[in-house]
Amino acid sequence: MSAPGPGPLRSTLAWLEERAGLGGAIAPVLDHPVPRSTASWWYVFGSATLALFVLQIATGVCLALVYVPSADGAYQSLLYLNFQAPFGWFLRAVHFWGSNAMVAVMTLHMIQVFLWGAHKYPRELTWLAGVLLFLCTLGMAFTGQILRWDQDAYWGLGIGASIAARSPGVGDTLVHLLLGGPIIAGRTLSRFFTVHVFLVPGILIGMIGLHLWLVLRIGINEWPMPGRVVSRETYRQRYEAEVHEDGVAFFPHAARKDMVACGVVVLAVVLCALLFGPFGPHGIPDPTLIDAAPKPDFYFLALYALFALLPPWTETVVILVGPVLAIAALFLVPFLAGTGEKSWKRRPVAVLGVLVIVLTVATLAGLGVSVPWSPKMAAWSATPTPVQYVKGRTPLELQGALVLQNKQCRTCHSLAGEGGRRGPALDGIATRQTRDQLIRQVLQGGGNMPAYGKNLTPAEVNALVAFMGTLRP
Amino acid sequence: MTPQSQSRRGFLFRLGIALNVLGAALVGVPVIGYVFGASRRRTDGQSWITLGPVSGFPSGQTRLATYENPVRVAWDGATAKVACWVRHIEGDRFQVFAVNCAHLGCPVRWFAQSRLFMCPCHGGAYYEDGSRASGPPPRGLFEYEYQIRDGVLWVRGGQLPTLSRPV
Repeated sequence: MSAPGPGPLRSTLAWLEERAGLGGAIAPVLDHPVPRSTASWWYVFGSATLALFVLQIATGVCLALVYVPSADGAYQSLLYLNFQAPFGWFLRAVHFWGSNAMVAVMTLHMIQVFLWGAHKYPRELTWLAGVLLFLCTLGMAFTGQILRWDQDAYWGLGIGASIAARSPGVGDTLVHLLLGGPIIAGRTLSRFFTVHVFLVPGILIGMIGLHLWLVLRIGINEWPMPGRVVSRETYRQRYEAEVHEDGVAFFPHAARKDMVACGVVVLAVVLCALLFGPFGPHGIPDPTLIDAAPKPDFYFLALYALFALLPPWTETVVILVGPVLAIAALFLVPFLAGTGEKSWKRRPVAVLGVLVIVLTVATLAGLGVSVPWSPKMAAWSATPTPVQYVKGRTPLELQGALVLQNKQCRTCHSLAGEGGRRGPALDGIATRQTRDQLIRQVLQGGGNMPAYGKNLTPAEVNALVAFMGTLRP
Repeated sequence: MTPQSQSRRGFLFRLGIALNVLGAALVGVPVIGYVFGASRRRTDGQSWITLGPVSGFPSGQTRLATYENPVRVAWDGATAKVACWVRHIEGDRFQVFAVNCAHLGCPVRWFAQSRLFMCPCHGGAYYEDGSRASGPPPRGLFEYEYQIRDGVLWVRGGQLPTLSRPV
C-alpha cells in the first residue's frame, strides 16, 4: 500500500493486483534487459508479424460469425459479407491484406534473423519453432484461399489433389484424406474450415508461446559483430556480460520501435483494405463452368510457375522431393551452422543463398503473374489481324491469314505483340524458316507444338504457309 | 517390487494412470477412425451414371456433358456436379474424357476449330482423341469407361481422376 491517498482507480488496480498478481508477472518481462544494439529498426519484423497475427485472429473471428462453412452456402455468405453485412467488406479486406502482409513480414523476419545469425547456438530451438510458424502460416494462407470457395479455390484443390496423387503407393489415400471423400465437395470445405479455424491456429498460438518464451529465456540475439565468433563454451557468458554492461530495459527502449512498426503494418493493411477492398470471391464454384482459369494467391505463384516450367520428366520428383528437402534444409540450418561467425559480413555463402532464393522466387512469381505459357483462349476470335500484315497481300495469302486466325494459331503465337506467348511470335517467321520447314512444322508439330496434319486440308496448309512467307520485317 | 509400490498410494497412482490411458484409448481410437476414415473407400465410389440419350451427342462432335456425382452429401451444392467431354466418333463408338488435365487437374477446354483440348493453367494440349499433344501433361486425358444401353450413354465415374486413380 504505497499509494498515497488511494483514488478509486488506483485502489481498484491495487485490489486486482493483490489477487491476480498480473502486474508482478508482466513487469519482469517488460523490464528485462536487452543488449542496446538490439533496439534497432532491423529487429521489429517479429513483433510486426505478431501484430498481424492478432489482427488476423480478430478479423477471422468476426468473419466466422457470418461465414457458412458449407459447400452450398459458403459462396452466398461471402457475397453477403461483401455487400450486405455492415463493414463485412472491410473485415474481409483486412483479413485478406493482413494475410498477405503476414506472409511478407514473416519472410522479412526470417531473412533478417538468418542474416544476423540468430539461428546459431543457443537459439536453435527458437529457429525451429520459427520454421514451424512459417510453415503453419503458409498452411493458413492455402487453407484460407480454399475457404474463399470460388473457382480458384475449387481448382486449387484439384491441383493440390493432383500433387498428392503423385505420391507413390499412398497417392489415392492422400487424395481421399485431403478431400474427405471421392471428389471435391461438401466434406472437403468442412475439412479445410476445421484446419484453418481450429487446428492450425491452435498450433500457431502454442508455437508463438514457445517462440516468445525462448526469446525471453535465452535473450534476444545481439547485433553480430564481424570477428565475434560464437562458441558453445564462451557465448552465454559473453552475452550475459554484454547485457550487464550495456543493456537497456526492453520496455520502453527497444519496445518503442516495435510499437511503431506494429502500428505501421496494421495501418498499411487498413489502407490497402480501404483502397483495394476485399478479394473475391471470383466465379461460383461450379465445376461444370469450365471457362475457369484458376490462379493461386501471390504466395504460391512461384510454385505455380515452377509447375509450368519444369521439364515434365523431372516434375513428379521435384514436386514430391523438393518440399521435403527444402523443409529439411530449414530445420537443419542451426545444426549445420550452429557456431562460428554470426555477422553476414563474414558469411558470404549465407548471403548468396538468401539472394539466390529471393531472386528465384521473385522471378518465378513474376512469371506466375504474366503466365507466358498459358494459351490465350480468346485470341483467335477476339484479336484483330494487324493491318500491316493484311495490306498488299494476295487473295491466297489473305486466305492464309484467315486460316491462321480460324485454326487458333494465335492461342499460342502472337502477331504484332498480340496473342499467346507459348510458342514463338510469328512476326518475321519468314526470315527464320523456309517454306518447307514451315510446312513440316505445321503438319508434324514438335518442339512443344501439336501436329496439325489431320486438322488442315492441303489447300489450307498451302494458304497458311503462303501467308507466313510474307511475315518479314 | 518394493514395498512402496504395493502400498495404497502406489496403487492409486497406477490406477490413475491406467484409467487415463484407457479413457484416452476409448476416445482416441474412434477419433482416429473418424478423421482418417475418409481415406478408406468404404464404397468404391465408382458407379454407372447416365449422360443422357445418344442423340444429344451428334456424330463427329465433341460436347460437354455434366452429371451429379453418385457419392454425395446433401450440402454439396454445385460442387456435386461433374463435367466431362463426350466425343462421338461414329455409331456406337464414343470417347468420354474427364475435364481434369492430367498434369494438375485444371479444366481443359475443347476447341473444335483446331480440334485440340487446351488447359489454361500450364498450357497442356491434347488431340481430339485425348492423346497428349504438347505441354507438361505426363499422359493423355483421363478416359471414362462407357456403355450404351437402349440408346442412352452411361459412364462409370464418381472419383476425382488423378494420376494414381485415372477415373
